[in-house]
Amino acid sequence: MDPTSAKMIGAGLAAIGVAGAGVGIGNIFATLVSSIARNPAARDQVFGIGMLGFALTEAVALYALLIAFLVLYAV
Amino acid sequence: MAEVSAPLEQFVVKPLVSLHIGSIDISYTNAALLMTIVVAAVMLLLVGGTRRGALVPGRLQSLAELSYEFVAGMIRENVGTEGIVFFPLIFSIFMFVLFSNFLGLIPYSFTVTGQIVVTFSLSIFVFLLVTVVAFARHGVHFFSFFFPPGAPVFMAPVLVPIEIISYLSRPVSLSIRLFANMMAGHTMMAVFAGFTITLGIFGFLPIAINVAMFALEIIVCALQAYVFTILTCLYLRDAIHLH
Repeated sequence: MDPTSAKMIGAGLAAIGVAGAGVGIGNIFATLVSSIARNPAARDQVFGIGMLGFALTEAVALYALLIAFLVLYAV
Repeated sequence: MAEVSAPLEQFVVKPLVSLHIGSIDISYTNAALLMTIVVAAVMLLLVGGTRRGALVPGRLQSLAELSYEFVAGMIRENVGTEGIVFFPLIFSIFMFVLFSNFLGLIPYSFTVTGQIVVTFSLSIFVFLLVTVVAFARHGVHFFSFFFPPGAPVFMAPVLVPIEIISYLSRPVSLSIRLFANMMAGHTMMAVFAGFTITLGIFGFLPIAINVAMFALEIIVCALQAYVFTILTCLYLRDAIHLH
């Protein structure tokens, strides 16, 4: 296998990790919606925590994406 | 491979004014220039905003007061009242990260927080500070932090190494989170901008995606500055209150 196609395949494999973060972010917002629906008064408190969880989970997706980019363009 | 390596070209540190002391390179680079601009912008906002000190604040003054109140409230909520002595540090970190994130979004400027060396120096400083504060407050009792209260004693050989590793990986995760967000976001925009040229007549599609991505990036920039600051607050709380 020549290095260029190996690079492409490697980047594609690295990007699979994003799927897990997708599940995670979906989970966070599903829980956020249901908790606000159950108790609308708690919206302000819950929203901040939800955003924090979203940012922390999205960072995990970006770790995978970062590796994909590094494999594609930097190595 | 010249055109393929282009998306990462925006992160290259170039010397603007070459300076060397012996074998040490202290050139004034584009990163240093952007950091100077960031500090100048923060100073301009805060000093210029609070200079008049009007009872009914103007636009600039309310922006300065808003950012002050935001960070002060964050510390009061997460660290407690005794954490307010760390306000100057946490406020500086927040403003620096926020402004460098935002100024990096301007096309053809430079993202300081997209450099691992910058984010890692910030986070290792926070980590060392937190450890020093914890030792100054609790002395040797600080080591009880590595054993969760209420856990059975025979679990200690498993729990203590895990806790120590998770404590030591804090600066790494803190710095890589900010760095990866900035770098991946900017690279993604550059990659889509590259598609615009190669797609020719359908080039408007990547542009539309890039506009949406830019909106997302603005949110991410503010959110990552917030996350960096709030995690600093949480680490400080651990140091002050132990469990």
